[in-house]
Amino acid sequence: MKTIILSIIFLGGLGLIFGLILAYFSRKFAVKRDERVEEVLKVLPGSNCGVCGQAGCSAFAEAVVKGEVPPDGCIAGGNSVALKINSILGLKAESQQKEGRKAVLLCNGGSKVKDRFTYSGINDCKAANLILGGQKECIYGCLGMVSCVEACPFGAIRMGEDGLPIIDTRICTGCGKCVDVCPKGLIILIPRSKDTVVRCKSEDKGAVTAKICKNGCIACKKCETVCKVGAITVVNSLARIDYAKCTNCGECAKVCPKGVIEYGH
Amino acid sequence: MKELFLILVGSVLVNNFVLARFLGICPFLGVSKKLKTACGMGLAVIFVMGLSSVVTDVIYDTILLPHDLLFLKTVVFILVIASLVQLVELVLQKLSPGLHQALGIYLPLITTNCAILGVALINIIKNYNFIKSLVFGIGAGVGFTIALIIMAGIRERLELADIPGPLKGIAITLIVAGLLSMAFMGFSGLVKL
Repeated sequence: MKTIILSIIFLGGLGLIFGLILAYFSRKFAVKRDERVEEVLKVLPGSNCGVCGQAGCSAFAEAVVKGEVPPDGCIAGGNSVALKINSILGLKAESQQKEGRKAVLLCNGGSKVKDRFTYSGINDCKAANLILGGQKECIYGCLGMVSCVEACPFGAIRMGEDGLPIIDTRICTGCGKCVDVCPKGLIILIPRSKDTVVRCKSEDKGAVTAKICKNGCIACKKCETVCKVGAITVVNSLARIDYAKCTNCGECAKVCPKGVIEYGH
Repeated sequence: MKELFLILVGSVLVNNFVLARFLGICPFLGVSKKLKTACGMGLAVIFVMGLSSVVTDVIYDTILLPHDLLFLKTVVFILVIASLVQLVELVLQKLSPGLHQALGIYLPLITTNCAILGVALINIIKNYNFIKSLVFGIGAGVGFTIALIIMAGIRERLELADIPGPLKGIAITLIVAGLLSMAFMGFSGLVKL
Protein backbone atom coordinates (compact mmCIF):
# COMPACT_ATOMS: atom_id res chain seq x y z
CA MET A 1 0.00 0.00 0.00
CA LYS A 2 2.80 2.34 0.89
CA THR A 3 4.46 1.64 -2.43
CA ILE A 4 1.30 2.47 -4.36
CA ILE A 5 0.80 5.79 -2.60
CA LEU A 6 4.46 6.65 -2.89
CA SER A 7 4.56 5.92 -6.59
CA ILE A 8 1.38 7.92 -7.21
CA ILE A 9 2.71 10.91 -5.30
CA PHE A 10 6.08 10.64 -6.92
CA LEU A 11 4.90 10.25 -10.50
CA GLY A 12 2.20 12.87 -10.08
CA GLY A 13 4.66 15.30 -8.54
CA LEU A 14 7.20 14.72 -11.27
CA GLY A 15 4.55 15.25 -13.93
CA LEU A 16 3.45 18.45 -12.23
CA ILE A 17 6.98 19.82 -12.04
CA PHE A 18 7.72 19.05 -15.67
CA GLY A 19 4.34 20.43 -16.67
CA LEU A 20 5.06 23.71 -14.89
CA ILE A 21 8.50 24.00 -16.46
CA LEU A 22 7.05 23.35 -19.89
CA ALA A 23 4.23 25.82 -19.32
CA TYR A 24 6.75 28.48 -18.36
CA PHE A 25 8.87 27.83 -21.42
CA SER A 26 5.92 27.73 -23.78
CA ARG A 27 4.99 31.20 -22.54
CA LYS A 28 8.50 32.47 -22.84
CA PHE A 29 9.13 30.96 -26.25
CA ALA A 30 5.65 31.50 -27.64
CA VAL A 31 5.64 31.82 -31.40
CA LYS A 32 3.12 34.20 -32.84
CA ARG A 33 1.19 32.36 -35.50
CA ASP A 34 -0.74 34.14 -38.14
CA GLU A 35 -4.44 33.53 -37.50
CA ARG A 36 -5.11 33.58 -41.20
CA VAL A 37 -3.13 30.35 -41.57
CA GLU A 38 -5.75 28.53 -39.52
CA GLU A 39 -8.56 30.09 -41.52
CA VAL A 40 -7.00 29.17 -44.84
CA LEU A 41 -6.40 25.66 -43.57
CA LYS A 42 -10.10 25.35 -42.81
CA VAL A 43 -11.20 26.04 -46.38
CA LEU A 44 -8.65 23.71 -47.97
CA PRO A 45 -9.76 20.19 -48.93
CA GLY A 46 -7.58 18.72 -46.19
CA SER A 47 -6.58 15.61 -48.07
CA ASN A 48 -2.85 16.48 -47.97
CA CYS A 49 -2.49 15.31 -51.55
CA GLY A 50 0.61 17.44 -52.10
CA VAL A 51 -0.16 18.30 -55.71
CA CYS A 52 0.41 21.99 -54.96
CA GLY A 53 4.05 21.14 -54.35
CA GLN A 54 3.91 21.79 -50.61
CA ALA A 55 4.26 19.14 -47.93
CA GLY A 56 0.56 19.18 -47.17
CA CYS A 57 -2.43 21.42 -46.63
CA SER A 58 -0.99 23.13 -43.55
CA ALA A 59 2.30 23.86 -45.34
CA PHE A 60 0.32 25.26 -48.27
CA ALA A 61 -1.74 27.45 -45.94
CA GLU A 62 1.41 28.91 -44.41
CA ALA A 63 3.00 29.52 -47.80
CA VAL A 64 -0.15 31.21 -49.11
CA VAL A 65 -0.35 33.56 -46.17
CA LYS A 66 3.32 34.44 -46.61
CA GLY A 67 2.61 35.11 -50.26
CA GLU A 68 5.03 32.48 -51.51
CA VAL A 69 2.43 30.70 -53.59
CA PRO A 70 -0.61 32.12 -55.39
CA PRO A 71 -4.05 31.63 -53.80
CA ASP A 72 -5.15 29.46 -56.70
CA GLY A 73 -2.27 27.07 -56.08
CA CYS A 74 -4.57 24.43 -54.61
CA ILE A 75 -5.39 22.31 -57.62
CA ALA A 76 -7.70 19.93 -55.80
CA GLY A 77 -9.72 22.82 -54.35
CA GLY A 78 -10.11 24.62 -57.65
CA ASN A 79 -11.69 28.01 -58.10
CA SER A 80 -14.04 27.91 -55.13
CA VAL A 81 -11.18 27.42 -52.69
CA ALA A 82 -9.09 30.08 -54.44
CA LEU A 83 -11.94 32.57 -54.02
CA LYS A 84 -12.30 31.74 -50.34
CA ILE A 85 -8.56 32.14 -49.77
CA ASN A 86 -8.66 35.46 -51.59
CA SER A 87 -11.40 36.72 -49.32
CA ILE A 88 -9.51 35.59 -46.20
CA LEU A 89 -6.33 37.28 -47.31
CA GLY A 90 -8.23 40.35 -48.47
CA LEU A 91 -6.85 40.03 -51.96
CA LYS A 92 -8.79 41.07 -54.99
CA ALA A 93 -10.13 37.99 -56.64
CA GLU A 94 -8.23 37.81 -59.83
CA SER A 95 -10.75 36.51 -62.27
CA GLN A 96 -8.37 34.16 -63.98
CA GLN A 97 -10.86 31.35 -64.19
CA LYS A 98 -8.64 28.36 -64.60
CA GLU A 99 -10.51 25.52 -66.10
CA GLY A 100 -10.53 22.47 -63.89
CA ARG A 101 -9.36 19.13 -65.12
CA LYS A 102 -10.56 15.61 -64.62
CA ALA A 103 -8.92 12.24 -64.88
CA VAL A 104 -10.02 9.75 -67.53
CA LEU A 105 -8.96 6.18 -68.19
CA LEU A 106 -7.58 5.29 -71.61
CA CYS A 107 -8.47 1.61 -71.63
CA ASN A 108 -11.58 -0.30 -72.41
CA GLY A 109 -10.25 -3.82 -72.09
CA GLY A 110 -10.27 -4.97 -68.49
CA SER A 111 -11.51 -8.50 -67.95
CA LYS A 112 -12.43 -8.76 -71.62
CA VAL A 113 -8.74 -9.04 -72.47
CA LYS A 114 -7.34 -12.49 -71.70
CA ASP A 115 -4.35 -13.10 -69.48
CA ARG A 116 -1.11 -14.39 -70.94
CA PHE A 117 -0.11 -16.05 -67.68
CA THR A 118 -1.25 -16.28 -64.11
CA TYR A 119 0.18 -13.46 -62.08
CA SER A 120 0.54 -14.30 -58.42
CA GLY A 121 2.77 -11.50 -57.20
CA ILE A 122 1.78 -8.61 -54.99
CA ASN A 123 -1.37 -6.80 -55.96
CA ASP A 124 0.16 -3.67 -57.39
CA CYS A 125 0.23 -2.45 -60.97
CA LYS A 126 3.84 -1.32 -60.85
CA ALA A 127 4.99 -4.71 -59.56
CA ALA A 128 2.93 -6.59 -62.14
CA ASN A 129 4.22 -4.35 -64.90
CA LEU A 130 7.80 -5.34 -64.10
CA ILE A 131 7.10 -8.91 -65.21
CA LEU A 132 6.96 -8.86 -69.01
CA GLY A 133 4.78 -5.78 -68.92
CA GLY A 134 1.99 -7.38 -66.95
CA GLN A 135 -0.20 -10.43 -67.34
CA LYS A 136 -2.60 -9.04 -69.95
CA GLU A 137 -2.37 -10.00 -73.60
CA CYS A 138 -2.47 -6.30 -74.42
CA ILE A 139 0.73 -4.77 -73.10
CA TYR A 140 -0.75 -1.29 -73.29
CA GLY A 141 -3.89 -2.07 -71.31
CA CYS A 142 -5.05 -1.70 -67.75
CA LEU A 143 -3.75 -4.43 -65.43
CA GLY A 144 -6.76 -4.04 -63.19
CA MET A 145 -4.95 -3.96 -59.87
CA VAL A 146 -6.04 -1.23 -57.57
CA SER A 147 -3.02 1.09 -57.57
CA CYS A 148 -4.97 4.10 -58.85
CA VAL A 149 -7.88 3.38 -56.51
CA GLU A 150 -5.51 3.42 -53.56
CA ALA A 151 -3.69 6.50 -54.79
CA CYS A 152 -6.81 8.67 -55.03
CA PRO A 153 -6.94 10.91 -51.95
CA PHE A 154 -10.59 11.74 -52.57
CA GLY A 155 -12.03 8.26 -53.09
CA ALA A 156 -13.15 9.13 -56.61
CA ILE A 157 -11.91 5.89 -58.16
CA ARG A 158 -13.46 2.51 -57.57
CA MET A 159 -13.03 -0.84 -59.24
CA GLY A 160 -15.75 -1.79 -61.71
CA GLU A 161 -17.02 -5.30 -62.35
CA ASP A 162 -15.27 -5.44 -65.71
CA GLY A 163 -11.85 -5.19 -64.09
CA LEU A 164 -11.40 -1.53 -64.94
CA PRO A 165 -11.28 1.36 -62.52
CA ILE A 166 -14.22 3.74 -62.73
CA ILE A 167 -13.39 7.39 -62.16
CA ASP A 168 -16.23 9.41 -60.73
CA THR A 169 -15.76 12.72 -62.49
CA ARG A 170 -18.04 14.51 -60.02
CA ILE A 171 -15.67 13.73 -57.16
CA CYS A 172 -12.43 13.91 -59.17
CA THR A 173 -10.56 17.13 -58.50
CA GLY A 174 -7.96 16.65 -61.21
CA CYS A 175 -5.09 16.39 -58.75
CA GLY A 176 -3.28 13.86 -60.90
CA LYS A 177 -2.17 11.44 -58.19
CA CYS A 178 -3.53 8.50 -60.18
CA VAL A 179 -1.68 9.68 -63.29
CA ASP A 180 1.60 9.23 -61.47
CA VAL A 181 0.95 5.72 -60.18
CA CYS A 182 -0.28 4.10 -63.39
CA PRO A 183 2.73 2.29 -64.89
CA LYS A 184 1.00 2.14 -68.27
CA GLY A 185 0.23 5.85 -68.36
CA LEU A 186 -3.42 5.06 -68.92
CA ILE A 187 -4.86 7.91 -66.92
CA ILE A 188 -4.65 11.42 -68.29
CA LEU A 189 -6.11 14.74 -67.21
CA ILE A 190 -8.42 16.42 -69.68
CA PRO A 191 -10.37 19.70 -69.47
CA ARG A 192 -13.55 19.37 -67.47
CA SER A 193 -15.77 20.59 -70.32
CA LYS A 194 -14.63 17.83 -72.69
CA ASP A 195 -16.40 14.48 -72.70
CA THR A 196 -14.80 12.73 -75.65
CA VAL A 197 -12.21 10.11 -74.79
CA VAL A 198 -10.44 7.50 -76.90
CA ARG A 199 -10.46 4.65 -74.45
CA CYS A 200 -7.51 2.79 -75.86
CA LYS A 201 -3.76 3.25 -75.78
CA SER A 202 -2.68 0.30 -77.90
CA GLU A 203 -0.15 1.14 -80.56
CA ASP A 204 -0.30 -2.36 -82.00
CA LYS A 205 -1.32 -2.72 -85.61
CA GLY A 206 -5.08 -2.77 -86.07
CA ALA A 207 -5.23 -6.49 -86.82
CA VAL A 208 -3.23 -7.38 -83.72
CA THR A 209 -5.36 -5.18 -81.51
CA ALA A 210 -8.56 -6.62 -82.95
CA LYS A 211 -7.40 -10.13 -82.12
CA ILE A 212 -6.70 -9.54 -78.44
CA CYS A 213 -9.23 -6.86 -77.53
CA LYS A 214 -12.82 -6.48 -78.63
CA ASN A 215 -12.80 -2.81 -77.71
CA GLY A 216 -9.38 -1.75 -78.98
CA CYS A 217 -8.63 0.98 -81.50
CA ILE A 218 -7.96 -0.63 -84.89
CA ALA A 219 -6.87 2.61 -86.55
CA CYS A 220 -9.62 2.61 -89.18
CA LYS A 221 -9.39 6.41 -89.36
CA LYS A 222 -13.18 6.85 -89.55
CA CYS A 223 -13.00 9.32 -86.69
CA GLU A 224 -10.24 11.26 -88.41
CA THR A 225 -12.42 11.65 -91.50
CA VAL A 226 -15.54 12.69 -89.66
CA CYS A 227 -13.91 15.29 -87.40
CA LYS A 228 -14.59 18.72 -88.85
CA VAL A 229 -11.97 20.58 -86.87
CA GLY A 230 -9.14 18.09 -87.29
CA ALA A 231 -8.90 17.46 -83.57
CA ILE A 232 -8.57 13.69 -83.87
CA THR A 233 -5.70 12.06 -85.70
CA VAL A 234 -4.47 8.50 -86.01
CA VAL A 235 -0.78 8.21 -85.21
CA ASN A 236 1.00 4.88 -84.72
CA SER A 237 -2.25 2.92 -85.12
CA LEU A 238 -4.03 4.86 -82.41
CA ALA A 239 -6.57 7.66 -82.57
CA ARG A 240 -5.56 10.65 -80.46
CA ILE A 241 -7.60 13.70 -79.53
CA ASP A 242 -6.12 17.18 -79.39
CA TYR A 243 -8.22 18.73 -76.65
CA ALA A 244 -7.16 22.23 -77.62
CA LYS A 245 -9.04 21.76 -80.90
CA CYS A 246 -11.84 19.40 -79.84
CA THR A 247 -15.26 21.05 -79.83
CA ASN A 248 -16.84 18.19 -77.92
CA CYS A 249 -19.36 17.48 -80.70
CA GLY A 250 -19.23 13.72 -80.26
CA GLU A 251 -19.32 12.84 -83.98
CA CYS A 252 -16.23 10.65 -83.71
CA ALA A 253 -17.87 8.53 -81.03
CA LYS A 254 -20.83 7.86 -83.33
CA VAL A 255 -18.76 6.50 -86.20
CA CYS A 256 -16.33 4.40 -84.18
CA PRO A 257 -17.01 0.76 -85.13
CA LYS A 258 -15.41 -0.60 -81.99
CA GLY A 259 -16.99 1.73 -79.49
CA VAL A 260 -13.57 2.84 -78.36
CA ILE A 261 -14.41 6.51 -78.39
CA GLU A 262 -16.58 7.39 -75.47
CA TYR A 263 -18.77 10.45 -75.50
CA GLY A 264 -20.43 11.66 -72.31
CA HIS A 265 -20.87 9.60 -69.22
CA MET B 1 39.84 10.96 -15.51
CA LYS B 2 41.13 8.07 -17.55
CA GLU B 3 37.94 6.17 -17.01
CA LEU B 4 35.83 9.13 -18.15
CA PHE B 5 37.87 9.34 -21.31
CA LEU B 6 37.40 5.62 -21.91
CA ILE B 7 33.66 5.96 -21.42
CA LEU B 8 33.58 8.82 -23.91
CA VAL B 9 35.57 6.97 -26.58
CA GLY B 10 33.65 3.80 -25.87
CA SER B 11 30.26 5.43 -26.38
CA VAL B 12 31.28 7.49 -29.40
CA LEU B 13 33.17 4.90 -31.40
CA VAL B 14 33.30 1.41 -29.98
CA ASN B 15 29.71 0.96 -28.87
CA ASN B 16 28.28 3.53 -31.24
CA PHE B 17 24.57 3.66 -30.50
CA VAL B 18 23.45 3.48 -34.09
CA LEU B 19 26.10 1.37 -35.76
CA ALA B 20 27.04 -1.06 -32.99
CA ARG B 21 24.03 -1.21 -30.67
CA PHE B 22 21.47 -0.61 -33.42
CA LEU B 23 19.43 1.84 -31.38
CA GLY B 24 17.79 4.92 -32.86
CA ILE B 25 17.64 3.58 -36.39
CA CYS B 26 14.44 5.49 -37.23
CA PRO B 27 15.89 9.01 -37.24
CA PHE B 28 19.15 7.58 -38.57
CA LEU B 29 17.37 6.65 -41.78
CA GLY B 30 14.77 9.39 -41.65
CA VAL B 31 16.78 12.56 -41.11
CA SER B 32 19.96 11.62 -42.93
CA LYS B 33 19.01 13.02 -46.31
CA LYS B 34 20.58 16.43 -45.87
CA LEU B 35 23.74 17.32 -44.03
CA LYS B 36 22.28 20.44 -42.48
CA THR B 37 19.24 18.76 -40.98
CA ALA B 38 21.41 15.88 -39.83
CA CYS B 39 23.61 18.31 -37.89
CA GLY B 40 20.55 19.94 -36.31
CA MET B 41 19.05 16.61 -35.38
CA GLY B 42 22.38 15.48 -33.97
CA LEU B 43 22.67 18.55 -31.77
CA ALA B 44 19.09 18.10 -30.53
CA VAL B 45 19.83 14.46 -29.69
CA ILE B 46 23.11 15.34 -27.91
CA PHE B 47 21.24 17.89 -25.80
CA VAL B 48 18.36 15.57 -24.94
CA MET B 49 20.64 12.60 -24.30
CA GLY B 50 23.07 14.52 -22.10
CA LEU B 51 20.40 16.21 -20.06
CA SER B 52 18.12 13.18 -19.78
CA SER B 53 20.91 10.89 -18.64
CA VAL B 54 21.80 13.34 -15.87
CA VAL B 55 18.21 13.96 -14.79
CA THR B 56 17.31 10.28 -14.85
CA ASP B 57 20.46 9.46 -12.92
CA VAL B 58 19.59 11.97 -10.21
CA ILE B 59 16.00 10.79 -10.00
CA TYR B 60 17.12 7.18 -9.89
CA ASP B 61 19.66 7.71 -7.13
CA THR B 62 17.69 10.08 -4.95
CA ILE B 63 14.12 8.84 -5.25
CA LEU B 64 13.68 5.51 -6.98
CA LEU B 65 16.46 3.60 -5.26
CA PRO B 66 15.88 4.72 -1.61
CA HIS B 67 12.10 4.28 -1.83
CA ASP B 68 12.26 0.93 -3.57
CA LEU B 69 10.35 2.15 -6.62
CA LEU B 70 12.58 0.55 -9.22
CA PHE B 71 9.63 -0.78 -11.19
CA LEU B 72 8.76 2.82 -12.07
CA LYS B 73 12.01 3.48 -13.84
CA THR B 74 10.84 3.02 -17.43
CA VAL B 75 7.77 5.22 -16.94
CA VAL B 76 9.73 7.93 -15.16
CA PHE B 77 12.51 7.92 -17.73
CA ILE B 78 10.06 8.27 -20.58
CA LEU B 79 8.37 11.13 -18.73
CA VAL B 80 11.70 12.90 -18.36
CA ILE B 81 12.66 12.33 -22.00
CA ALA B 82 9.27 13.44 -23.29
CA SER B 83 9.43 16.67 -21.28
CA LEU B 84 12.94 17.41 -22.49
CA VAL B 85 11.96 16.80 -26.09
CA GLN B 86 9.02 19.16 -25.70
CA LEU B 87 11.39 21.72 -24.29
CA VAL B 88 13.78 21.35 -27.22
CA GLU B 89 10.88 21.65 -29.62
CA LEU B 90 9.61 24.86 -28.00
CA VAL B 91 13.05 26.42 -28.05
CA LEU B 92 13.78 25.36 -31.62
CA GLN B 93 10.44 26.65 -32.87
CA LYS B 94 11.30 30.05 -31.50
CA LEU B 95 14.98 30.27 -32.27
CA SER B 96 15.26 28.34 -35.52
CA PRO B 97 11.93 27.81 -37.30
CA GLY B 98 13.72 26.59 -40.40
CA LEU B 99 15.46 23.78 -38.59
CA HIS B 100 12.23 22.99 -36.75
CA GLN B 101 10.45 22.57 -40.05
CA ALA B 102 13.28 20.53 -41.56
CA LEU B 103 13.33 18.08 -38.66
CA GLY B 104 9.56 17.77 -38.91
CA ILE B 105 8.04 14.72 -37.29
CA TYR B 106 11.44 13.33 -36.25
CA LEU B 107 11.84 15.95 -33.55
CA PRO B 108 8.85 14.85 -31.43
CA LEU B 109 9.84 11.30 -32.33
CA ILE B 110 13.04 11.70 -30.31
CA THR B 111 10.65 10.97 -27.43
CA THR B 112 10.28 7.42 -28.64
CA ASN B 113 13.87 7.17 -29.80
CA CYS B 114 15.07 4.00 -28.13
CA ALA B 115 18.64 5.29 -28.10
CA ILE B 116 17.77 7.88 -25.47
CA LEU B 117 15.91 5.48 -23.21
CA GLY B 118 18.79 3.11 -23.89
CA VAL B 119 21.32 5.61 -22.53
CA ALA B 120 19.29 6.10 -19.36
CA LEU B 121 18.94 2.35 -18.79
CA ILE B 122 22.55 1.51 -19.58
CA ASN B 123 23.62 4.19 -17.07
CA ILE B 124 21.77 2.22 -14.41
CA ILE B 125 22.97 -1.18 -15.53
CA LYS B 126 26.59 -0.01 -15.52
CA ASN B 127 26.12 1.83 -12.21
CA TYR B 128 27.49 5.10 -13.54
CA ASN B 129 27.58 8.06 -11.16
CA PHE B 130 26.53 11.61 -12.01
CA ILE B 131 29.64 12.65 -13.96
CA LYS B 132 29.98 9.33 -15.72
CA SER B 133 26.32 9.44 -16.75
CA LEU B 134 26.78 12.90 -18.18
CA VAL B 135 29.87 11.84 -20.14
CA PHE B 136 28.19 8.67 -21.33
CA GLY B 137 25.05 10.55 -22.39
CA ILE B 138 26.96 13.18 -24.32
CA GLY B 139 29.26 10.56 -25.79
CA ALA B 140 26.29 8.52 -26.99
CA GLY B 141 24.78 11.67 -28.51
CA VAL B 142 28.03 12.53 -30.25
CA GLY B 143 28.27 8.97 -31.55
CA PHE B 144 24.73 9.22 -32.88
CA THR B 145 25.54 12.55 -34.51
CA ILE B 146 28.71 11.21 -36.12
CA ALA B 147 26.82 8.26 -37.57
CA LEU B 148 24.06 10.58 -38.80
CA ILE B 149 26.47 13.04 -40.40
CA ILE B 150 28.52 10.33 -42.11
CA MET B 151 25.31 8.84 -43.44
CA ALA B 152 23.98 12.21 -44.60
CA GLY B 153 27.23 12.98 -46.37
CA ILE B 154 27.16 9.66 -48.17
CA ARG B 155 23.51 10.03 -49.09
CA GLU B 156 24.08 13.48 -50.53
CA ARG B 157 26.70 11.97 -52.80
CA LEU B 158 24.46 9.02 -53.62
CA GLU B 159 21.83 11.41 -54.97
CA LEU B 160 24.17 12.13 -57.85
CA ALA B 161 25.49 8.62 -58.29
CA ASP B 162 24.36 6.23 -60.98
CA ILE B 163 22.65 3.54 -58.94
CA PRO B 164 20.97 0.50 -60.54
CA GLY B 165 17.20 0.98 -60.65
CA PRO B 166 16.10 -1.66 -58.13
CA LEU B 167 18.58 -0.39 -55.54
CA LYS B 168 17.55 3.26 -55.69
CA GLY B 169 16.29 5.04 -52.61
CA ILE B 170 15.95 3.19 -49.33
CA ALA B 171 17.59 -0.04 -50.57
CA ILE B 172 21.00 1.53 -51.20
CA THR B 173 20.61 3.44 -47.93
CA LEU B 174 20.24 0.20 -46.00
CA ILE B 175 23.25 -1.31 -47.76
CA VAL B 176 25.30 1.77 -46.88
CA ALA B 177 24.12 1.51 -43.27
CA GLY B 178 25.27 -2.10 -43.16
CA LEU B 179 28.70 -1.25 -44.59
CA LEU B 180 29.08 1.63 -42.13
CA SER B 181 28.19 -0.68 -39.29
CA MET B 182 30.83 -3.17 -40.42
CA ALA B 183 33.38 -0.38 -40.68
CA PHE B 184 32.64 0.63 -37.09
CA MET B 185 33.30 -2.95 -36.01
CA GLY B 186 36.92 -2.05 -36.58
CA PHE B 187 36.82 -0.01 -33.38
CA SER B 188 35.73 -2.95 -31.28
CA GLY B 189 39.16 -3.71 -29.85
CA LEU B 190 39.95 -0.09 -29.01
CA VAL B 191 38.53 0.12 -25.50
CA LYS B 192 37.65 -2.64 -23.08
CA LEU B 193 35.07 -1.65 -20.51
